[in-house]
Amino acid sequence: MSILTAQRTTAAPAAQRRSPKRSSPKRRLRGEAKLHPIVWVFVFAVMGFSLIPFYWLVNTSLKKGVSLSKGELYPSQPTLENYLVVFQNPEFLLALRNSVIIAVVTTTVALVFASFAAYALARLKMRRKAMILTLILSVTTFPAIAIAAPMFSIWREIGLYDTLLGLIIPKLTFALPLAIYTLTSFFKEIPRELEESAYMDGATPFTAFRKVILPLAVPGLATTAILVFISVWNEFLLAVTLTTSPEARPVPVAIAFFSGTSEFDQPLGTISAASVIITVPLVILVLVCQKRIVSGMTAGAVKG
Amino acid sequence: MALKSLSASRGVNSRGVNSRGVSGRDRAERRVAIRMTAPSLVLMALVAAVPIGYALWLSLNQYSVRTAGLSRFVGLENYITALSGPHWWAAFGQTFLFAGLSVSLELVLGTAMALLLNLAFKGRALLRTVVLLPYAVVTVVSAITWETMFAPNLGLVTNVLSTLGLPGGDVVWLGEHGYAMAVIVLADVWKTTPFAALIILAGLQVISAETYEAAELDGASKWQAFVHITLPLLRPAIVLAAIFRTMDALRVFDLPFVLTRGANGTESMSMLAYTQLRENRLVGEGSALSILTFLTVMAVSVVYIRFAGGNIREVAKEEQ
Repeated sequence: MSILTAQRTTAAPAAQRRSPKRSSPKRRLRGEAKLHPIVWVFVFAVMGFSLIPFYWLVNTSLKKGVSLSKGELYPSQPTLENYLVVFQNPEFLLALRNSVIIAVVTTTVALVFASFAAYALARLKMRRKAMILTLILSVTTFPAIAIAAPMFSIWREIGLYDTLLGLIIPKLTFALPLAIYTLTSFFKEIPRELEESAYMDGATPFTAFRKVILPLAVPGLATTAILVFISVWNEFLLAVTLTTSPEARPVPVAIAFFSGTSEFDQPLGTISAASVIITVPLVILVLVCQKRIVSGMTAGAVKG
Repeated sequence: MALKSLSASRGVNSRGVNSRGVSGRDRAERRVAIRMTAPSLVLMALVAAVPIGYALWLSLNQYSVRTAGLSRFVGLENYITALSGPHWWAAFGQTFLFAGLSVSLELVLGTAMALLLNLAFKGRALLRTVVLLPYAVVTVVSAITWETMFAPNLGLVTNVLSTLGLPGGDVVWLGEHGYAMAVIVLADVWKTTPFAALIILAGLQVISAETYEAAELDGASKWQAFVHITLPLLRPAIVLAAIFRTMDALRVFDLPFVLTRGANGTESMSMLAYTQLRENRLVGEGSALSILTFLTVMAVSVVYIRFAGGNIREVAKEEQ
């Protein structure tokens, strides 16, 4: 697990409280190791519901022509042709590049701004703190259309319409509060004793933040970065409203407007291939950083 | 990691500091706090408040491409047009129908998943991984995935139904309102149930074993314990999941956009605003519809907070 939970045991108040998210082997477990057969049925049903759609998407992406339109349970003549079509499509490659740039830049900017704000909100005395936090949280529930509609007009006036920068700026609207909220809950996990001793040595709050908190907060920052990245990568409404050409379109928009290679072709094969291609990296990310993502999702309790 | 209280008390340590230096340090601390928070607040005002204010202004004007960008102040005319026509109310109804269906399914399924994930058995780690996977999927891909499941001829579900001779096998699912709505709801449930499940699981894991011991002594059955102990204690976590999921479902856009382009009465509020703005080039009316969507979502959140506010504070306190 992360350094945060390792630290936990050293913090007296936290040790007495029960921490809900702890995956040490000492975890109290309820129920027996033997499950009732009925429960197994549920377990497999849940697994099936999660996995079968993935299987079908991959299956569809590996078929062409008759094999595709028959809806075979497995591809009798598996082909990678759909994948070739996707990778030879210059618009798809552009979209990939756009998505990466947008997500990386937005996440970085949001994290830099958020780490300062989150520290102040988690640790320092501050007037109207509750109000500020409520405000930040409420921004995350804004419907994106309320930002996209006016931005569409403003950007066309000043020439940012259909540009990457013109997409990064509005995406910050949602990335920044998400980052602040998640980071605040991570910063609260860090035991205070360390700061206190820094203060004893005459450090200012800012120095304490830089020298003591930030190094300890690396796991929390990484988790927040992952969650923000996923949410920016996933965002669709702003992207579709504020772009019009392949030059600025990110992946989700490109796929939504993807048409087959020809009118007679069933385009679902190629679209499935494109979907598989952009899903694989995120699935790997979730597999590798599972514990992180779970802790972040429930810490910030904000949808990623 | 827990859902931390937003107003965590600082009582734990303030006594550890020498008490004479506190007030001076307090003032310095407040100054630093404001300096550290200000950049984010300014940035958020720029990217959120300013556009919404501008949308409000746009919505009060008649503005069309034909008049070469010249606008004319028309007051509430755009709102009157929107509220007196059928489109807004249709989209409003469909959005709430979608939110009601998907959120209730997600809460039931999410609670079931959380209960399974809370059991100690060999495959638990694997189950958690599998349950979490759909969360990694971009919403647009979730839509496409379910399109492949229900597509005529090549879909898994449609084929299975045909083979078994059940109804629905030869239906063009995305071509009829009820069926299309079912696919849209399924795509949403598949992708976001893991989120609800994890929030509820976090709530489940703070219920201590001692809570059940008394009930066991009284000879309560497992089911009785679940109904009378687990569910009431889980309520705050379930309400929290419900709030986040509802707020999100009311903004729905990508699923119907990809699956039906809003055809067959599946258009959501956000989609209607988008269509007026981008496809019909009605900036004034599109902005009015955006503001109406915004007000609707905010009104729902106020209602939620009013009725469940105590609940959220409870969660926050409990889970510290």
